[in-house]
Amino acid sequence: MLFQEVLSKWPMILNGVMLTIALSFGAIVLGLALAILLTAFRSLAGSWAGYVVDAYVELMRNTPFLVQLFMIFFGLPQLGIRMTGLEASILAMTLNLAAYATEIIRAGVDSIHKSQIEAGMALAMSKRQVFQYVVLQPAFARVWPALSSQFVLMMLASSICSFVSVQELSGTAAIIEQDTFRSFETYIIVTVLYLVLALSLKLFLNWLGHKIFPQVSGLARVTEAHGEAA
Amino acid sequence: MPAVVIDDVHKKFGNLEVLKGVSLSVDTGQVVAIIGRSGSGKSTLLRCINGLEVFQSGQIEVAGHKVDQDPKRLRELRKDVGIVFQSYNLFPHLTVGQNIMLSPRITQGVSDSEANTLARDVLSQVGLSEKFDSYPDNLSGGQQQRVAIARSLAMRPKVMLFDEVTSALDPELTGEVLLVMEKLAKGGMTMLLVTHEMNFARTVADTTVFMHQGKIWESGPSKQLFSAPETTELRNFVTAGVSGVH
Amino acid sequence: MQTFGWPEVLFILRSAGWTIALTAIAFVIGGIFGGIFAIMRLSRVKFLRRFAAGYILVIQSIPVLMVLFMSYYGLSAMGIELPPFLAASASLAIYVSAYLAEIWRGCIESVPRQQWEASASLAMTPGQQYRYIILPQALRISLPPTVGFLVQLVKNTSIVQVVGFVDLMRAGMLVNNATYQAFQIFTLVAAIYFAICFPLSRLSRHLEKVMNASRSH
Repeated sequence: MLFQEVLSKWPMILNGVMLTIALSFGAIVLGLALAILLTAFRSLAGSWAGYVVDAYVELMRNTPFLVQLFMIFFGLPQLGIRMTGLEASILAMTLNLAAYATEIIRAGVDSIHKSQIEAGMALAMSKRQVFQYVVLQPAFARVWPALSSQFVLMMLASSICSFVSVQELSGTAAIIEQDTFRSFETYIIVTVLYLVLALSLKLFLNWLGHKIFPQVSGLARVTEAHGEAA
Repeated sequence: MPAVVIDDVHKKFGNLEVLKGVSLSVDTGQVVAIIGRSGSGKSTLLRCINGLEVFQSGQIEVAGHKVDQDPKRLRELRKDVGIVFQSYNLFPHLTVGQNIMLSPRITQGVSDSEANTLARDVLSQVGLSEKFDSYPDNLSGGQQQRVAIARSLAMRPKVMLFDEVTSALDPELTGEVLLVMEKLAKGGMTMLLVTHEMNFARTVADTTVFMHQGKIWESGPSKQLFSAPETTELRNFVTAGVSGVH
Repeated sequence: MQTFGWPEVLFILRSAGWTIALTAIAFVIGGIFGGIFAIMRLSRVKFLRRFAAGYILVIQSIPVLMVLFMSYYGLSAMGIELPPFLAASASLAIYVSAYLAEIWRGCIESVPRQQWEASASLAMTPGQQYRYIILPQALRISLPPTVGFLVQLVKNTSIVQVVGFVDLMRAGMLVNNATYQAFQIFTLVAAIYFAICFPLSRLSRHLEKVMNASRSH
């Protein structure tokens, strides 16, 4: 096997890695923010808000990420909304992750006992304060492991963005493969890089969890056995 | 002839030594009650006898089998040694009849019709003939425990072990289980039981063994042991009664 | 330019059949290996345990797309040209095996330890314990998450079109290339995926509720 030829393209590969990291990081931050908004919207607005959020979550969870991406990249221009592949990718990833994260956070919120909310109310907190301190924070701590695996799955799913010509890691692989005709070597190297990225992200999220939620080990964790993207 | 011989058994969980050299001999047909506080090692000792716990040194021989960790020899031993657990451990996906018939059929090659007769026989011994087709979830705790005893009996064991079999039961349900055990004892079954039921130990067991801190602290004929305990530990334990145990 | 009419709709609908067929094959083959890996993962033999754990970790840490490329290009580098349908089913089966192994391991482990002890005390061999006592109970527990995973699998079949296999997704793309009416086409494609996945999602949730209810009495 001839890895040298492929490895000589390392600046391209590195760019691909960086773009995969940037895409994933962007989608995680934006998707999480959107999920928190949706969760707040659902619990603070009336019951119709619940239906809207539920419909959104179900729609995203029951269609493939690739279809969502194509809808944004190829479908929206027909309605006059044009985006680059990169913009479409980050939007699709954000919308997709937000749906899963909303579902996971809901499980966490459901696990907060009603008496906790009553205790917060009894301490003269406002509705918003109760939501933030009594509901959201402990809920987050409990579902952090489930959220973490969802983030890793989203990072892996970002490989699908190569379908709209984004030069992230797997998009880069396709180009190198065309240049060198060394398909197998290229995909071995790229696969190993994904492996490293996924394991690093897992370790990082674990570390972050212990940092932000020092109480996390003391709480009963709510984990979704199979929350997944794509 | 002794049915169970335990010789200088030592057992550690990590650094914690729970059995510190236990020796005990039980004759065929004898009923031995093991009493003591939680953590005295009594349940561990019982579980060593059928190989559910591994011990580090010493020897146990039961119903002619030496206890070791060879899987095949262990299975042969377990065909002759039944055990009943505190939490019944019936198989929830099988009916009462299936619970009882399964092992004789697959481990002893008993035919289907024979297994059926056997199951109905042991079920009538524990007074639950009408529950043959029920699922465990639909039985009371006491009934489940009687089925568990029947399930063990269907293996035609030479020795029966009982591990705090009434501890998980509501007080009004313990009687029916103890009655079944008393009948078994009178029928000549060799029995070792870990129990908190002092009355039962005193009246039914031939010998009672008091365990304390991983050792056999005191033992003797049940009536004598309870009426005249020699050590202060046993005296305290007996006067504290059942309420002081848990 | 062609327009997006009934023939195109029918073509897309027919291709959905291939998506379902691919899902079924990947699920069955992946499930067989997944079951084997789950039991290896719980084996008393250290090597088997480590091997299964390593396999699961690696497959769960790389994109399904890479599994697909690796099996497609890897085999063709060795001179084996797999027809697209086979390459697609094989790589999806690899993906399925790792995830189901992990899901099912959890289910086997959630059968109470006492069931192992009770069956061992009745002189059963490990094989008999699995067959008569542990697996029947684990199977019940595994229904909701397994059906839930089926939804993920259906969605993930959408990427196998890169090796040229015409499934629901590929059909949509082909029609799009001919008609340029992406919005209508991908709405239809999304609706068909939804029509397959949503009932499965609901079923999974329903099974979970039924099981929670039966556990609490």
